[in-house]
Parts: sequence; structure tokens; C-alpha cells
Amino acid sequence: MKQEDIICPENRVYAKPRLLNDNTMHYCPGCSHGVVHRIIAEILDEEGYADNTVGVAPVGCAVFAYKYIDVDWVEAAHGRAPALATAIKRLNPDRLVFTYQGDGDLAAIGTGETIHAANRAENITIIFINNGIYGMTGGQMAPTTLEGMKTATTPYGRRIDLNGYPLNISELLAKLDGTCYVTRQSVDTPAAVKKAKKAIAQAFANSMAGRGTSVVEILGTCASGWKMSPHDANLWMREHMGEHYQLGDLKNEVKQ
Amino acid sequence: MKQEIIIAGFGGQGVLSMGKILAYGALMNDLEVTWMPSYGPEQRGGTANVTVVISDTRISSPIVDTYDVAVILNQQSLDKFEHSVKPGGLLIYDPYGIHRMPERKDIRIIEVKAMDATIEYGNAKSYNMILLGSLIKVDPIVSIDNVLKGLKKVLPERHHHLLPANEKAVKIGMELVNE
Amino acid sequence: MNQEVKLMKGNEAIAHAAIRYGVDGYFGYPITPQSEVLETLEAEMPWETTGMVVLQAESEIASINMVYGGAATGKAVMTSSSSPGISLMQEGISYLAASELPALIVNVMRGGPGLGTIHPSQSDYFQATKGGGHGDYHLIVLAPATVQEMADFVGLGFDLAFKYRTPAMILADGIVGQMMEKVVLPEPRPRRTEEEIARQCPWAATGHSHGRKPNVVTSLELDSALMEKNNERFQRTYREIEKNEVRYESYHTEDAEYLIVAFGTVARICLKAIEDARAEGIKVGLIRPITLWPFPYDAIAEASKTCKGILVTELNAGQMIEDVRLAVGRNMNVRHFGRMGGIVPNPSEILSALKKELIGE
Repeated sequence: MKQEDIICPENRVYAKPRLLNDNTMHYCPGCSHGVVHRIIAEILDEEGYADNTVGVAPVGCAVFAYKYIDVDWVEAAHGRAPALATAIKRLNPDRLVFTYQGDGDLAAIGTGETIHAANRAENITIIFINNGIYGMTGGQMAPTTLEGMKTATTPYGRRIDLNGYPLNISELLAKLDGTCYVTRQSVDTPAAVKKAKKAIAQAFANSMAGRGTSVVEILGTCASGWKMSPHDANLWMREHMGEHYQLGDLKNEVKQ
Repeated sequence: MKQEIIIAGFGGQGVLSMGKILAYGALMNDLEVTWMPSYGPEQRGGTANVTVVISDTRISSPIVDTYDVAVILNQQSLDKFEHSVKPGGLLIYDPYGIHRMPERKDIRIIEVKAMDATIEYGNAKSYNMILLGSLIKVDPIVSIDNVLKGLKKVLPERHHHLLPANEKAVKIGMELVNE
Repeated sequence: MNQEVKLMKGNEAIAHAAIRYGVDGYFGYPITPQSEVLETLEAEMPWETTGMVVLQAESEIASINMVYGGAATGKAVMTSSSSPGISLMQEGISYLAASELPALIVNVMRGGPGLGTIHPSQSDYFQATKGGGHGDYHLIVLAPATVQEMADFVGLGFDLAFKYRTPAMILADGIVGQMMEKVVLPEPRPRRTEEEIARQCPWAATGHSHGRKPNVVTSLELDSALMEKNNERFQRTYREIEKNEVRYESYHTEDAEYLIVAFGTVARICLKAIEDARAEGIKVGLIRPITLWPFPYDAIAEASKTCKGILVTELNAGQMIEDVRLAVGRNMNVRHFGRMGGIVPNPSEILSALKKELIGE
């Protein structure tokens, strides 16, 4: 059997999405961002959003999201993505507008913008990667860091008496009248990836239908920051993060 | 021709809107005009004043040292502005709430019992219009027709049914002073 | 031309001019003494007529970042605020400059520092003209002295911002924001179509890529060599602006023995002081910089040639005076007269200062 007989369209089981370009990603091995980028790129292509989308990139590990997915992007200041997205969507109402934010960006410095955009029922999708740590700046405590979790700024573990509680921002957002869909997903198994993809597709559909703000939180891993192997990070994520941040829909006002 | 006018009193007495109607009246008279208010929290109960400059040539400064006309509605404003009236200028004051009367000898001083007239008229909101009537009677820089046109501009249309009552108030004010 | 003359506050004129210019979006947060801009826009409901978006944001930080988002899609967007609010916006303004985005920011200055006072001031001159936020950048800074200029500079600000792809600022004082005078509003014109925006702003992240390469609006460049190139490009733009866009007005400078330099409404108070001075036989002229950046260095140097001294009059502790000194060098007697804390000097105070500082009376 020759190589051409094996590598041929009939045998193809998976292809890199058209909108995911060939730039080498800067993400660490085992990082969840790559998977989430891939499913976003797939949905944008499959659902016909490719020529009608503006993404808003955060400050954090995903600051370079615009380098990997070939649609128009605007790179926001730290925490301000929902404010940018508000204006972009209101000024360009037929476009799909989504933000892609980490836990520091969305739930610490940008809490105000997040809550007010959601409370105004902006017709945008917020994709929120929660890995409980500041990856880009070198593994400091995030608002979502679990109690006892060691980070560069909680070297002996997060203490509630010193640092307060892990912030369940999605539960908070689900309580706002402006959100139509708030869900928490993960990408640690093929089945989870499929579910997460469905959730993001639903959120994008909501945004285009003008149903209000959709929030898709994805529990991610940070193998480097957590100082674990990618495999262990996935297991730890499901056991510990998943315990505090329960997976599933927190709010879904759109009946399928 | 140029007149520099200050209207000063308590917030809520309609000082700023009286200045505004006067300014619109000047606009209707095809004159140049600037309207410069004191602004902020003092509008809400404290002292408020507005400087209106009306001229037939381009107005340089909206802020002036001295005034041709001062309309004074409380003691604080009298204390503050009596000495800023130009010699030969005009000071109109309502004695209601004033315990030290104006003392200048080199200016025209006109007392207008506008508050009493307002109470008699029975329309508390017409106070500033009564005063405006008195002002344009003594100092006809703007015609009554143009004041009424100005009022029409200042009042939102939904309040235009109040125009006759205000016109009456202006006339009451004009009758209060006998020149 | 049958143009209607209206009487309105400077803040209101900004709002009306924005609608008529065809501005696509306004995002702002209330703060005295400029809240009439947002109030007027909300009352006019331009979304029903021109389609202009008006939004009261949750903060000045959100406002300027909404401006950043809107500008990134090629729309003509603006915000307005007053000094403390403008301080909050500085990060976003730096991003706008670094991403080479056109936008209009209005600062109706109040006295600082800190919460300061709601009364008029010009104490944000340094902030506006020397950068304000982090990094090497400039805004085009226009200083209106009349309600008419408040209206006119909306259009001028946007025209310059789009021409040079850089944010512009209207730096007004609380006086011209709050005072009413006559104004002729610009002729209404339609907002640009999507096609016009795509043609005018081929860089914009409109979301409609249709065959072109994706557009990314970002200020981030971690490759130092490329980041230096970006900076060099910004600086080339600034040199172009300095060459082409200096604006100022001069009065009575032909025979002036003394010169007053003042901007905004203060220049008008100075003009009255000059009229009074000339009535006394003192030959004083005035230069009013209209663009505070780029600054009219050459005009001031030229006008100072026949002068014995210059009085810089500002509502601050001495800010523009540094640029005047740069313009004329150390041999000229350059003095400052300023009031702070929201106090506005009378013409007679300015005349006294002129006599005291320059003539020695």
C-alpha cells in the first residue's frame, strides 16, 4: 500500500478547520485554549458566520486568539472586551460578535463590564475560559482559584480569610435578566468537547437571533500553571474544579 | 449698544430660566447674546446667578467685572453684587427676604415687590416672569413681543398651554413699576 | 444661505452637531459639567432618525472602550466627559492612539486635582497635549472658545481623526460647555454607508471580510523591532499633523508691544482686557491657539518679535506657558497669570496682571 492510498479524501476522519490557520500556537502543551479555538473555528465555518463575525480578544493567555482564527478581531484592553463587544454589536447589529476571555479578564478586572453588558442583554456571546489561575503572567491567583490551590501569589494555598472565596461568576450572570443562556462546559474528553461545541453553537445562534447575552464558561486546564502533566491536569480539573464549578446549564431560556 | 446683566437669587426662583428667556428675547431682537450660569449643586437650593450679555456687536467675554443691570432676589446676592453695578447702572431688587436695603447713591435702584405680586396672582411659578416684566419695563432692551417669543422657545411644546398665564405674569410685572 | 440661528449651551451644541455630522455612536457617563451632551442626545433620540447609537455606559472606562470597539469597526464614534472621567479613560485613549483609530473625545474641564470642583478649569492641558495615557502618542487637541466652535469642532475633530487615523480631543472648559450663545449648526448629512466605511477604512474589523484577509485591530506587538517600526509610523503621522494642522487666531498683534497667549473661553476674557488696555493706550495683542496640539510655536515666535513681554493666562498653575517658552526661547520675558480651583478671572484682573507682570505698574 502506497502513502497516497492511505492519505486520500475517502479515508479522512478529521481535518483542521478552514478558519484555523497555520500559525504556530503559543499555548503550552495540554492547554485547553487550542481545543476551544478549534471548535469555535469549526462553528464559524459550519454555521456560515465566517464573513460576518467580529471576535474580541482579551488580555491574558488568549491575547493572541486573533492570530489563529481567520475572522476579523479587535484586541481589547484587560477586562474591557464586553464593552467593546457592546459597541461593535450595536453599531453592526447583523454581525456575530463574541468575546473570548479568561478568568482574570472576565471575573476580576472586567467584572463591571461583564455584568453590565449581560444586564443590558447585549446580543453577544461571552466565551469564558476558567482555569483558576493567571497563566500569562506566570501562575498567580485568579478570582476563581479554589481554596487551598497553590499559585505564585498564594504559595501556601488560597486562604479564604486572606483572599476571599472562589468567585462563581457564571452563577451570578445566570441571575441577571439580560442573560438568556449560561452554561458551564469542559473540553477534557471527546464527549465533553462535543457538548461544549454544541453549547457555543447555541450561544452564537442566540446572539444572531437577538435573544440577549449568552455565556459559555469552559473549565480549562493550565498544566504549566498547575505544575502538572496535561493528563493529570485534566483529571485534577474534573475532580476539583468540577466539584466547585458544577458542569451543565445554569440557565437556558431557549427551548430547543 | 451693550448691556451686561446679572440675575442672582436662590436656586429654584427661576433665575436661570429668567436669564434664558431674556437671552432668547435678545436672539429674537437679532442681537448678540451670551448666557453664563453659575452651575452645579448650588442650583438646587443654594444661591444661583446668571450673567447675560446682550450686544449689537460681537461679544468678547461672557464673564464681566461690572454690570449695567443687576436683578437681585436675596440678601447674599445683594451683598455680593451691589458694588459690581456700574455707576449710573440699574439695580432691581425684591425686598422679600432682604433685610439690608441697597445703599448705593450713584445707581438707579428699583424695588419690585414681585413675591407679593406672585402670591396675589396665585401662581408660584410665575415669579420670575413677573420680575422679567418689571425688568423690560425699566430697561427695554428686549421688547415684550420678543420676550414672549423667547418664552415659547424655552418652554417645551407640551407646556405651551401655560403661555397665556406667563404672558399675564409679564404684564403684571410691567405694571408693578411706574416709570 | 438660510441658516437658522439657535441659542444653546456648548454641551448641547456638541450633541446636535454630532447628530448632524452623521456620527454613528456616542457612549458616555454622566459627570458635571458636561452631562448635557448625553442628556441632549437621549432627548433627541437620533436612533430614530439617523440611526446613531447612544448609550449611557456603566463607567467612563466602559465608555472609552465602547468607543474603541466601535472605532475598530470603522464607525465614527465619540464620548464626552470631564476631567476625572477623562483620567479614567486614559488607558483606552492610549489604546486608540496605538491602534491608529479615529475617534472623538470631548473633555469639558473642571478644576482638579482629585475630585476637585465642578467649576471651570483648564488644568488638563498637560494631560491632553503631552499624551495623557502611557506611551509615546499625541491627540489632536482642539480648544473651542465659543459655542459655535463647540459645534464646528465636532466635524473638524472627526475629519482630522479620520484623515490621520488618530483620536482627536475637544478640550473645552466648563464655561463654554455651560454657557449659551448663538450657534448655526452644521448642515445635516447622512451617516456613511457600509460600503463607504469599507472604502474609507480598509483596515477596519467590520466583520464583513468577503475575500479580503481578516482585519485585526490591536495595539500589541511583542517583536521589539516591529513595535519600534509602529512607533516610528506614529511619529511620522505626528510630524505630518504638526506640518499641516496648526490652527490659531490672532488679534491686534500687528502693533503689539505686549502679547497675551490664552486658549478657550479665557482668550475671550483676555480680549476684553485687551480692549480695555488699548483704551488706556497699552498696545496689547492676543494669540489664541486653536489647536493645542499641534501647538502654534511659529506663530507665537513671530508675533513676539516686536514684543517686550508675554503674559500667558490660563485657568491653571502654568501649563501652556511651557509651550510658549519653548516657542520664544529664554530671552523673552514670559510671565503667567492663572486662577485655579474653578475661579474664572475678570477682565480687570487680567489687565492688572498684565500691568504688574509686564509693565511693572
